Amino acid sequence: MQATVQQFPPYRPDDADEAAAHDHGHAHHEPNFLSKYIFSTDHKVIGIQYGFMSLCFLLFGFFLMLLMRWQIAHPAMAVPLFGSLIHWACGDMAPAVKDQAGNLMGYAISPELYNAFGAMHGTIMVFLGIVPLAFAAFGNYVVPLMIGAPDMCFPRVNMASFHAFFLGGVVMFASFFIPGGAAQAGWTSYSPLATTIPTNGQAFWLVGMVLLITSSLLGAVNFIATIIQLRAPGMTWMRLPWFVWAQFVTAFILLLAFPPLEAAGVLQLMDNALGTSFFLPTGLAVAGKVGMASGGGSPLLWQHLFWFLGHPEVYVLILPAMGVVCEIIANNTRKPIWGYKSLVYSVLFVGFLSFIVWAHHMYMTGMGQTIATFFQITTMAISIPSVIILTCLFLSLWGGSIRINTPMLFALAFLPMFGIGGLTGLPLGLAAADLYLHDTYYIIAHFHYVVAPGSLFALFAGVYFWYPKMTGRKMNEFWGRVHFWCSFVFMNLVFMPMFAQGIKGMIRRMSDGGINYSAAHVPGAIDTLPQNIMELNWWIFAAAVGLGLSQIPFIINIFASMWIGEKVGTNPWQATTLDWHTPTPPPHGNFPSEPHVVRGPYEYSAPGHEHDFLPQAEFPNAAHAAHAHH
Amino acid sequence: MEIPYTVENRPDTGIYNAKLGIWLFLASEVMLFGGLFSAYVLLRTGAEPGMWPHGWLDVRLGTLNTILLALSAITTLLAWAACKVRDFGKFKFFHACTILLALSFLCVKSYEYHDKFIHYEIALNDGTFADGHLEEKSPDFDLKAKTGTITILGRIVNDRKELMDLRTYKPVNSKIEIKVADILKMQNYGPWHNTYTAIYFTMTGLHALHIIGGTIVIFYIWAFNRKMWKTDPERFTNRVEVSGLFWHFVDLVWIFLFPVMYLT
Repeated sequence: MQATVQQFPPYRPDDADEAAAHDHGHAHHEPNFLSKYIFSTDHKVIGIQYGFMSLCFLLFGFFLMLLMRWQIAHPAMAVPLFGSLIHWACGDMAPAVKDQAGNLMGYAISPELYNAFGAMHGTIMVFLGIVPLAFAAFGNYVVPLMIGAPDMCFPRVNMASFHAFFLGGVVMFASFFIPGGAAQAGWTSYSPLATTIPTNGQAFWLVGMVLLITSSLLGAVNFIATIIQLRAPGMTWMRLPWFVWAQFVTAFILLLAFPPLEAAGVLQLMDNALGTSFFLPTGLAVAGKVGMASGGGSPLLWQHLFWFLGHPEVYVLILPAMGVVCEIIANNTRKPIWGYKSLVYSVLFVGFLSFIVWAHHMYMTGMGQTIATFFQITTMAISIPSVIILTCLFLSLWGGSIRINTPMLFALAFLPMFGIGGLTGLPLGLAAADLYLHDTYYIIAHFHYVVAPGSLFALFAGVYFWYPKMTGRKMNEFWGRVHFWCSFVFMNLVFMPMFAQGIKGMIRRMSDGGINYSAAHVPGAIDTLPQNIMELNWWIFAAAVGLGLSQIPFIINIFASMWIGEKVGTNPWQATTLDWHTPTPPPHGNFPSEPHVVRGPYEYSAPGHEHDFLPQAEFPNAAHAAHAHH
Repeated sequence: MEIPYTVENRPDTGIYNAKLGIWLFLASEVMLFGGLFSAYVLLRTGAEPGMWPHGWLDVRLGTLNTILLALSAITTLLAWAACKVRDFGKFKFFHACTILLALSFLCVKSYEYHDKFIHYEIALNDGTFADGHLEEKSPDFDLKAKTGTITILGRIVNDRKELMDLRTYKPVNSKIEIKVADILKMQNYGPWHNTYTAIYFTMTGLHALHIIGGTIVIFYIWAFNRKMWKTDPERFTNRVEVSGLFWHFVDLVWIFLFPVMYLT
């Protein structure tokens, strides 16, 4: 008896061999500077581009804040050191200050300029600082490495995403130099204020936002497609490092929450440029005159569309940061992360709920009790998965032999700092308490605790953590710790007093720092701001200067370590995930041979092995690949 | 370096990269137009009673445009099917139809826009309103100097509300000459006229931009991708499919825009 083997469909040699031959026909060009650093399609280069740009914008946004803090502490007094620079850039918006004899003392900040700084500080920090650093920079650099992909799904779309971001940044930055100055209606750009302020800065803001939204849309499509399509063999969903899950959910939020803001931006641009009345109510009077616009629009409509993005955006700021912290904690406690599945389901649930909590920013608008009740319930509900995430990260520390280094210090500090930010948010989610606290410095302190010592600390941790992968050298540990401790102390000195100021009733967005409502200015009036609360303005300014100086070691460290940092191998932290099992820095295409993932992401301290960590993947064809390359 | 699954499906997800990418992109487009439709709902429900216009657009032209886009959806599908059976000639024919249908749609749309831009509502000093299409302006027409005359083909009403609902009532138009000195305010039916024209121009304008973008992409594939058809027909077919998905979405948006803007 003879066995016959039939192949169906009949074997047909595919095009793979032909394609390979075709590839070898091309000589490998040595890329020049432009194609290597400006028009690169390599996800790692794009990640670094994003990282560099966003760190620059963070510094710039911080500088704007320093000027504002000076103005709050010393209203209408000449700005030291930078007065002439502001006058050069912003013209008469920085008026001259003269003494009684008429001598020029310097240049001060006008209320309009203060408003412009305030609006642009928020916009820059959120859309040009934290989001591109947390999502685009770390996501681009780390996600394809972690899932074992050769690059992003659409490398050219990825490049276009960065270029749109860059253009958006240029448009935003340029708006400072136009007559009338930059946008002055706050980072939320509430209408009708945003339409009635006589400056084209708002149009710049809107065009800049459309570019930034385009950029994050392209990025989000790319991230989701990459994570779904390009996972290495064996990288099942429940083997993804949690950082990838966080980025995945973040990408969905960006994909679905940003377009309504784009719609709103188009409508507001129509209001500003073509004289429509989408957000202008009937009979709107500006400076005592009834406007010429047709009216009939709804200012509330803008707020709904804005916050439909605005609230999910908060989770865009925090989820990637949590992902970074998760990786660093697992790595430095040398044990599996506690409650991996709870973390995964929680982040998915947070992503979903983040779309139905937006109107808790609008309790003061008179939108009605029924709607407020719904949004109070969802707001309380979303705190549950957030607390689960934080709890899992805390519990992961339990019983670990914790390794302390700069990334771990920042990651550890993230936990209580984000905790303070999150818990102080609960009273704001309840309408009754929010009516009192809304638009005070309490709010400022609350969301800065989430984003500054929260997200930003996590991102600092990420920079220190992945720097060796990007450059092959570690950042200096001593100066890293100096950076951490100074930042930690000054950050709290800046934001903690604001809780007290807010509870005492100091309203945000006042260019005089509340001096006109102080007990000293209007003695005998009820509910004035007491002297000790007013004095805090000066202390916050001093702490902010300290916080600025604390960043100097970081800036020097990040540049100097490229040349003089301690040289390290491919896996200096002895990590399990795939990003540490490529050459350092990873070449174009990332992996010399295809990784085969064989276990979960956090297999630390498994008993009975030589090392205390088990790499997530094996490279069965490594020898074969090496052979083929020779 | 090769990115996997650019042409063939990934076995466990059953899809190739670009198709997943376009579906994700379309999800965000749904949110974009969803935001605008929500804006429409809020503006309409928030309008003063009797001040939301009805029947301002020509339903016949809207129906014609709906048919044009529906046909283009069919030709797009047939073009893709022709690629699947590797019949390049049929592909060329069907997508040529798609492009022509898209251009016809844009022509009709521009005519409708033009029709609104020459339609004026003129508030007169005696409290009445003249409303109609601009026929001619006298040579010395000047709104600021209050000299000259303007002739419209329309009617004069006592209350603006009479201008709002044209669904059942067909106004009788006649030529009316108006002295500029009698004019209080004169405005055409551009986006600035009221919130209805504002949302109409914004949404149909954005939709038209999508039509233009889609047409450019389809034309590019139609005219310049012959080489890819020869070397890699499957990849070419995927391009047709992905651009076709976008085109179907643009058609679908119009299916919602038509009743919302024209019929209610």
